Amino acid sequence: MGSVGAKDVPVLMTEDGRRIDGRRADELRPLRIQAGALRQADGSAFVEWGANKVMAAVYGPREVHPRHLQENNKAIVQCKYNMAAFSVDERKRPGLDRRSQEISKVIAEAFESVIFVEEYPRTSIDIYIEVLQANAGTRCAGVVAASVALADAGIPMVDLLPAVAVGKVAGHVVLDLKKEEDNFGEADLPMALVPQSGRLVLLQMEGHMTRTELSKALDLGVGGCRKIYEEMKRALRERYAPTGTASAMEVAA
Amino acid sequence: MRDGHPPRHRGRGGGGRNRPAASSERILVLPGEEVPGRGLKPGPGTYRVSGRIYASVLGLLSHKPPVVRVVPLSGRYIPKAHDTVVGTVTDVQGTFWLLDIGAPRWAPLHMTGTPWKIDFGETQQYLKVGDSVVVGVEAIENTGRIGVTMLGEGLGKLEGGAMITISPAKIPRVIGRGGSMIQTITRHTGARIVVGQNGRIWVDAAPEQLLRVRECLRVIEEEGHRSGLTERIEGFLRSGELPESDRDGPGPDVGPVPPFDREPVGPGDVEPDDDEPDDDEIAGSGTMEPTPDE
Repeated sequence: MGSVGAKDVPVLMTEDGRRIDGRRADELRPLRIQAGALRQADGSAFVEWGANKVMAAVYGPREVHPRHLQENNKAIVQCKYNMAAFSVDERKRPGLDRRSQEISKVIAEAFESVIFVEEYPRTSIDIYIEVLQANAGTRCAGVVAASVALADAGIPMVDLLPAVAVGKVAGHVVLDLKKEEDNFGEADLPMALVPQSGRLVLLQMEGHMTRTELSKALDLGVGGCRKIYEEMKRALRERYAPTGTASAMEVAA
Repeated sequence: MRDGHPPRHRGRGGGGRNRPAASSERILVLPGEEVPGRGLKPGPGTYRVSGRIYASVLGLLSHKPPVVRVVPLSGRYIPKAHDTVVGTVTDVQGTFWLLDIGAPRWAPLHMTGTPWKIDFGETQQYLKVGDSVVVGVEAIENTGRIGVTMLGEGLGKLEGGAMITISPAKIPRVIGRGGSMIQTITRHTGARIVVGQNGRIWVDAAPEQLLRVRECLRVIEEEGHRSGLTERIEGFLRSGELPESDRDGPGPDVGPVPPFDREPVGPGDVEPDDDEPDDDEIAGSGTMEPTPDE
């Protein structure tokens, strides 16, 4: 991965439909998930996705720390997304900034909509996402890691929450942007899908797309999420049933 | 955003229980996976949307008509009445203490639930923040408040010793069939051990014995699903070696232990496979009977 000067825009899409790293428009970067990477946390996961490396830890349900945040009829979901100072080429100034606050908020809200929060009134479910190495799509990698960590923590929820970004690069709608595509592309559209219901619980967009491109992008993203979903399930099965267990529906059939 | 919640979700019960479906093999299910449930009611760990039943937690499928449920394999300790638990004082108030028992909420221990005669404001003189106690769970109120008491046999303040925390789901294996596992460990190390149903284990022993106990508990936690565990632990305690282990010595958190391929042979004392202790055979520590689901 060579460094790219700000002036010379790299060739993001070749004539035979190959991207900067040789992928087709609908191909994901290699994804590897490890469920249960930390011992201290109630649940955890480590995700390597392309050049991204993201660790997620889940604590809870547990006592709410500033008491006034406590809700009498449900658990609150708190998320802290953070990028390590060394996660990018130029040192990232540590600590909260507007970007990480926004990402923490949208991720917490996405999970609040899939977790059965009424089960644990007056408690807090805390999600910590640490980006160790960043290469575009870290909020999606964070959602994937956090979701596996939540399942590992035994938190009841509607479904796992796969996430991916779709973008527009050199006029083409492509799946799972990497850094150069994100920097020099025309649009970025991260999303998180609830496979069980088909609902999107996180959807943001930066840049411009036509209506047709948007609908194409959504289809592409949902397809990508379903692939990521399989890898998330594989990671959890590997941790809890090393011998490879048949799924419930297969056994019933 | 929240309107999509399927309404029929039931709480998970039987906290930490590890028993699979009575009838068949163990089936692992993940949140969002559909479970076969024609004509069945969604029990704990499941929810129903338009006639189909899905798992809501990661766990083992349990098919007991008319209910289908998922028994969680991980997660925090879910308190049950009559459990004996080991807790740590996290806050002292005028008439009660708050205990961290590893549950979603702190449990208040009122001064009337102790053997001491305390005047208002004297609580601090009996238990301070950081002290460890063994308490019994009395009741879970519908507000979610966990009532605990220190009145009862084997309950009280713990002096000295060390605390070891494992997954609450593995506690039945630590106790063993009829208490066999815990007796084996106690016999070989001379340690005083208090096992809380919440996964917290208090151990009072000489330092080198404490390390051995700690190692046993770690092996039990990691190898808990294998059979013949009591014999393996016994072999370790006799020889001081973990069979098939390439590690230098006992110690916690030093990475996964290679699986035991060889059964350590102990003289005599052939114990039947201690897969899962029967509920009524567990020493002390209240009942492990599954809460009947409605």
